[in-house]
Formats: sequence, C-alpha cells, structure tokens
Amino acid sequence: MTTLLVLIVVVLLAVALWQLTKIFDLTQVGKNVNNTQVANDNDNNINGYLMFAFLCFIYLTTIWCLVYYGHFPLIGDSASAHGPEIDNLMVISMVLIFVVQTITQALLHYFAFKYRGREGQTALYFSDSNRLEFIWSIIPAIVLAVLILYGLYAWTNIMFVDEKEHKDAIVIELYAQQFKWEARYSGADDVLGKANVRYIEGVNNLGVDLSDPNAQDDFTSSELHIPKGTRIIFKMRSQDVLHSAYMPHFRAQMNCVPGMVTNFSFIPTLTTAEMREKPAMVEKVANINDIRAKKSQALIAKGEPALEPYTFDYLLLCNKICGASHYNMQMKVVVDTPEEYAAWLKENAPKTIVQAVKNAAAEAKAAETPAQMKDTSSTKSKDTTVVAQAEVK
Amino acid sequence: MSAEAHNHDHGHDEHEHHHKDTFITKYIFSIDHKMIAKQYLLTGIVMGVIGVGMSMLFRMQIAWPEESFKLFSFFLGERMAPGGVMTNETYLSLVTIHGTIMVFFVLTAALSGTFSNLLIPLQIGARDMASGLLNMISYWLFFVSSVIMVCSLFVESGPASAGWTIYPPLSALPQAIGGSGTGMTLWLVSMAVFIAASLLGSLNYIVTVINLRTKGMSMTRLPLTIWAFFITAIIGVISFPVLLSAALMLIMDRSFGTSFFLSDIYIAGEVLHYQGGSPVLFEHLFWFLGHPEVYIVLLPALGITSEIIATNSRKPIFGYRAMIMSIIAIAFLSTIVWGHHMFISGMNPFLGSVFTFTTLLIAIPSAVKAFNYITTLWKGNLQLNPAMLFSIGLVSTFITGGLTGIILGDSTLDINVHDTYFVVAHFHLVMGISALYGMFAGIYHWYPKMFGRMLNKNLGYIHFWVTATCAYGVFFPMHFIGMAGLPRRYYTNTNFPLFDDLQNVNVIITTFALVGGAFQLVFLYNFFSSIFYGKRTVQNPWRSNTLEWTAPIEHMHGNWPGEIPHVYRWPYDYSKPGHDEDFVPQTVPMKPGEEQLHH
Repeated sequence: MTTLLVLIVVVLLAVALWQLTKIFDLTQVGKNVNNTQVANDNDNNINGYLMFAFLCFIYLTTIWCLVYYGHFPLIGDSASAHGPEIDNLMVISMVLIFVVQTITQALLHYFAFKYRGREGQTALYFSDSNRLEFIWSIIPAIVLAVLILYGLYAWTNIMFVDEKEHKDAIVIELYAQQFKWEARYSGADDVLGKANVRYIEGVNNLGVDLSDPNAQDDFTSSELHIPKGTRIIFKMRSQDVLHSAYMPHFRAQMNCVPGMVTNFSFIPTLTTAEMREKPAMVEKVANINDIRAKKSQALIAKGEPALEPYTFDYLLLCNKICGASHYNMQMKVVVDTPEEYAAWLKENAPKTIVQAVKNAAAEAKAAETPAQMKDTSSTKSKDTTVVAQAEVK
Repeated sequence: MSAEAHNHDHGHDEHEHHHKDTFITKYIFSIDHKMIAKQYLLTGIVMGVIGVGMSMLFRMQIAWPEESFKLFSFFLGERMAPGGVMTNETYLSLVTIHGTIMVFFVLTAALSGTFSNLLIPLQIGARDMASGLLNMISYWLFFVSSVIMVCSLFVESGPASAGWTIYPPLSALPQAIGGSGTGMTLWLVSMAVFIAASLLGSLNYIVTVINLRTKGMSMTRLPLTIWAFFITAIIGVISFPVLLSAALMLIMDRSFGTSFFLSDIYIAGEVLHYQGGSPVLFEHLFWFLGHPEVYIVLLPALGITSEIIATNSRKPIFGYRAMIMSIIAIAFLSTIVWGHHMFISGMNPFLGSVFTFTTLLIAIPSAVKAFNYITTLWKGNLQLNPAMLFSIGLVSTFITGGLTGIILGDSTLDINVHDTYFVVAHFHLVMGISALYGMFAGIYHWYPKMFGRMLNKNLGYIHFWVTATCAYGVFFPMHFIGMAGLPRRYYTNTNFPLFDDLQNVNVIITTFALVGGAFQLVFLYNFFSSIFYGKRTVQNPWRSNTLEWTAPIEHMHGNWPGEIPHVYRWPYDYSKPGHDEDFVPQTVPMKPGEEQLHH
C-alpha cells in the first residue's frame, strides 16, 4: 500500500514538473522560435541569482558543518608523541584550504552572478596575461614548498625509526587474520622468535618457530597492552589477506601484508584512564551515551535488550577491506602506566606459546592413548610443516 | 597535410555513391563516428543507471544498518538480501561494482568514448576517424565487456567484492570472500576486454588528431577539448597496458598456480603453496594505471568545460597556452604520483617522501586551470545555459575536492585519514562529481549536434540545481566523519560505539544521495523524450566558433557536403573588437590588418 502511495506521489510530482515546464514554455511564445531552449535574459537573471544563492549555500553548509561536526575531527588530544606534529600540520593545511576555498568559491559564483548575460552587454576581449599566469603559478608553488618541507620533516621523524638506537623500546608483533587481531610480545629477551605461516599448527596459531631460542618466552594476547612513555615498535604480519592496523587516537596506521613484515612505531603519551578524563572525550562519551540511551528506549519498546553504556577505550581497527566481516575486526588497546604494565606482564608473560603447545600436546596424548590411533589431520599438518621447513631453508 | 586530407576526401566521395545503409550498418555495426559516439553514450547511460542505483542501495544500508527494505528484496533478490536485509557480502559487492562501473564504464569509456568520437573529427575538420573499423571494434569490445560485467552480478557465489582496486590476496582467493570466485574471474575477463577496447579507441584518437586535421588547423588552433582528448588518449595508451599485465598476472595466480602477488598464506585451515610474491607489487601495477586513470576521467571533462565556458562567457578562454601547458603538465605528473595511494602499504618510507613531493606539485597546474576558468568568467557576458551551469559547477567541485588533495597527498597526514571517508569525499568530489558534471555539460551542449534537437532547458535547470545541492549535501559532511576516523567499506558501524555520534550524519548524507539520485530521472526523461519530441535545433544554437557547428544538422557520412572547411583562426575569437557579431567562427578568414593570436 505504501509503495503504491509513494508511486502515486512520484507520478504526480513528475506531472507537476512537466506542467511547470509547459508554463515556462508558454512564456516564451512569440520570441525567436528556433532558440527557445537557449538561455535568454530571463534565464540568465534567475540562474545568476541562484548562483549567488548557491555561494551562500556553500558557506552555510561549511559553517553548519563546522558548528555541528567541528568536534569530530581527530585533532588535539592525540595519544602519541608524534601526534601533535600531525595535528599541527593538519590544522595548518585545513586553515589554508578554508581560506582558498572561501576566496575562490566567492570569485567563481560572484562572477557568475555579476556578469550574467544581458542583451547588449559586451564581453571583454581578454585572452592572455603572462603576469597573471606567473602570479598564480608561483604563489601555489611557494605555499606548497612550505607544506612539502614541513610534511617531509614530520614524515621522516615518524617513519624512519632506527631500531638499534632505541634499545629500550618494546617490540610487539601485531598479527592479523580474518577477522581478528592478536598481539605477540617478545618476552624477557626482547626479541621476537622467528615465525612463518608454515609453522601454524594447533594452538601455535601464529606460526611461531618453536625451535628458535628467541621464541621460547614469546606470549600472545588478544588485548594490546602498552605502557605510557616507552617507544613501542610494532612488527606487523598477516596470515591471509591485506589488513591495515589503524589506531586513530595514536595517529598510527600501517598495512599488514602477507609474506612480509611491516613496521610502525610510536610512543604512547596518555594512558587509557587519562584519555577518558580529557574534557573533549568526556563530552564525546556523554553525547554517545545520550544517543545510545535513546536507541535503548526504542529497543526496549520492541522487547529487545538495551544497549550497554559506552566507556572509552583505544581501538585498533582493520582499515583495509579484508572480507565479509571486515566491519567488525577490532582489538582493544590499553595504555597502562609503567607499574600497571609491569603487573600485567607478570600475570601474562608465563603463558608462553611454547608452554601452550606443550600443554595441548599433553592433553592430546591423554585423550589419544586409549585409542592408539593417530588423527589423520595432525599427520597431514605435520607433513606440511616438514615440507615447509625444507622450503624455508 | 592538405594533400592527405584531400585524398581522404576523394576516397570518401566515391564511397558514398556506392554505399547504401541498411538498419544494421547504420545503427548497429556502424563505422560512422557520430553513431559510435551515440552508442557509447547510450551504453554509458545504462551502465550509469546501474552504478548510481547501486550506490543508492548501499547508502541506505549505511544509514539504516541491517534494516529490512522491500526495495532490497526487489532489486537484489532473496540470495543477496534475504528478507529484505542486505548481507555483508552483498554490501561489499555493491561497493565494488559501483566503483568499477562508475570509474571505468561510465567516466572512462562513456565520457571519452562519446565526446572524443563525436568531437575529434568534427572539431578538427575530418571526414571521420582515422580508422572507422577499429572504432567500431572498439565500441563493440566495450559493449561485450559491459555485458560480461553485468552478467557477473548474477553468478551464484556473487560478483567481485574485493573493492574496485581488487587487491590480492583478497581478490585472488575464493576462500577469502565468495565474490573472489567466478565473480572475480568475470571481472578480470571483462576488464581485459575493456582495456583492449580502450586502447583501440585511444590509438585511433591519437592518430586522427595528428594526421587528419584540416588545412589551417595547426596544433595551437585546436579547441581545448581536442587537446584534452588527445593527451588523455596518450596517458591511456601509456598506463592501461600496465593494468592489463596486472590483470593477466592475477589470472595466472588465480588459475595457474603462479606466485606473482601471493606469498606465505594460511587460510581456511591450510597453508597455500604460494611463495615469494608480493601484494605490494600488485598495488604498484594497479596504481600505475589507477592514478593516471583519475586524469583520464578528469581531463576530458576539463576540456569540455573549457570549450563551454568560453562559448557561454562570450569571451576567449583565458590563457589558452597556459591551459595546454597545464594539461600536459598534469598528464606528465599523473604518471609519477601513483605511490601516494600506498604511503602506508609497507613500501619504503623514502618512496613516500618522493611521492609526496611529486603529488603536491600537481596542485600547481591544477591551480592555474582553476584561476584561468575564473578569469574567463570575469567581465564576460555569461549565457547561463544548463551546460554552462554544469561547467561552473565542475569548477566549484574541482576546487573543493582538489583542495583536500593537499591533505591526502601529504604522506604524514595520510597516515590518519587513509582509507577513511575523508578519501571517499575527496575523490568523489574531485573526480566523480566533477567528471560527471563535465559529462552532463557535454551532453547538454552537444545534444543538438547528436540528435538535431534541443534538450528542454528548464528541466536542465532543475536537474542542475538539485544535483549541485545534493552533491555538496552528500560529500561535504562526509569529510568530517572521515576525519573522525570512520573507515570506508564498513558494512555497518554499529560494532563501534565510538562512532555512534556519526550515525545521524550518515542519515543526512543518505537522504541527500537519495534525492539527488531520484532527480537524475529528470535528466533521463529529458534525454529520451527530447530525442523524439525536443525542439528542432538551428545549425549553431550556442553561436559557437568551432567547426562542428558548420556541419549540417542532418548527419551524413563524411560530415560536410562538398569540401571540408578550412581554418583561419583559433577557436576563441569571442567578442573580438572589430567584428559585428560576438563570435567569429574558425572558418572566417582574417581581415586585413587583424591581429592574430596564437597563430
């Protein structure tokens, strides 16, 4: 029924439009018949004013967006040491863009309004000016040179991190697969053990080479814990397709590419608790909770469970299309104080991968002994491991 | 030159006496450039309706996630939208095919195909393209590739859904996503055929512009449309073969077990045999086409705009030579900036520095073009026809969208906005909407040349103003949700309470999109009804200088009866002092003592 009504409305609208154009056509009777569909003074006038109105529309949209959405952009309150540098450059670029946008749109639409065609008006025959061309080549060139230099300076600082210089840095592996993240910590020796997908077997789901001495103390976590104030060097791997490790609050992002290890490094500067207390964040969370409360009311009315209230947490999101559930590939990131981090380490470091593999083997043996049979699938994966080891060599 | 042109003439006259058109040779397997242009346009409109329609559907999913719509079950069927709820794989495939169709089939093939074919011979004073046969083959290959692409929507495992950039391994492994099975195979076959079509077309355009210009039509008397089509064809010939090679290598990886792009993959519980390849290599090859592609889409639109703005301002285009230089500069730079799509792909950060540098340089010729357009309007006598409105609209979106390129082209800033909605807003404005405006402007301006009738101007005005308002309404707020860190290609954002405050913006965006999309029906109605019922046109309705308006309204093989016109001046002598009319066609000889610009 609704569909029918909508259809009728659409048809009526179309008819109304058609009649409207008929009226326009009738006003043209008696004029140069062959040229009725070419703009005349009346059209130029109406559309000239509309051009001016459109300029206002652009400005109003801009102002409206700045007022209502101005708090969205991730500028300020960055949680990493290099963040303010990116934010500064962003602000400079945005200001520049707004200035140029305001001026050029004004000129464009104002000229379209001011010089709208009139019978008897003559255009100026003005085809060239080397001086003007020079001015608007050289000004952008200078402005861009400044932006490029600033940008490259920041880029070099962020991306070129010499690992040998940062002996105290913590090395963490971010491991991506459809559709979850895992973090591997290097343990007491601060060196990640070798790994390859060909070693993946059972609980060793990151493919760590168990024979590597450096791998003996490696452990994994499904929550990323990092301490405030220490440089973190991320080594990123993916086991299946491209993923992208995006941590917006740290102004950090790097793709995870199967077959290679990619790097990104930053120093966290705000713990999760500190970030939650930032005024902008408090306001944002309150706003989100308002929205969620309203949604919950609607849900309860429908007899569904209400939404949980939201508290802020740093997130690691996947930001490269990676398959059907790409939209829900996330990991919680927790920035601890050094003390909290030490406590967390103490609790989690003993749960090493090697230990987990041993435990799993013992369990499997206990379960298998009565049957005295080998599981076919485990034979198969063992074979692959052997082949893979040969290939890797 | 003149001798050649003359020979061509002669051959054609004879040809015409013996040749009788049947329905098939006139309307289907035509070798006449004007008919082929119309074929391109009609195919492009059909593909455009499919592409835009898809965007309406997935915008509804983003605004009202996982809700049930009858519209979904109607268009997508039970398999893709069970119970009227769009599935996540369907969402990704719609996004993928929308991008593919709009970028390649509408804005590359239909835009260049229509206007290069229509205008190159007519504006340079040639009887037809250098090779009518190749031209026909080019169109039919394009048609075949369109059919294959549309067919891929109906395969059981779903159409390609790895994004229009089809990065492997996602696009290479059917285990990774359903669409990477038969759907992806058809996608690759379709694109391979498409590239062949595009190359044949481009070679033909280049040869025609170089060899078949009429007497007096020196390179610096060419209209800027022709310059734009010419340079576009050159970058097409340089970059499309690279995509073809990437597509072939991907086919090899998928079907014949090679490892060009794949290495160390564990998926669905098993280790695959691939070793030693790199997805980053694919990204390089893809973007070596992909970035020039942006300008393959945009330059023809800018060329069309240059011509329309000059004609309707009744003024010479400002800085003709600077415009040519900037087209060439943009084309050259476009081939050495592809890495700005890959700042965080894992390639060496040093390359990031290089690509930042070259990328930001493109802003200079772009700024020159924008300022030249604005100066052309200054002190003009603007005839605000629908084509002119779309041209001004193009300059507006080109500026708005181009400026945010300063942020994305800067590797440092790209770290945090890469693959967010900021990128979506940027490229839709600067290349999607701008090129679409260019195409609309071209259609409104040259419709009389194509069909001998005029489009209804009032429907044109309604079409423009609603489209322009909705385009800003959609893409302006989108920058803000992008800067808030919202990633693109998410089926729904409900799993991130962090983004809950962005949801009402998405509803606003979708509302504008739906209204804007619906008003394209006004254009479609205008287009198709005017073919039969439009007002008959006069020979030169816009009082333009270029040669196509000296040809008779009725189409004929060979374009001009009798001799082809000779050219005595550049195409932009509008409102030149010392002439009675405010336009002086290129065929009018110089008066004694008249100052000659750009000889």
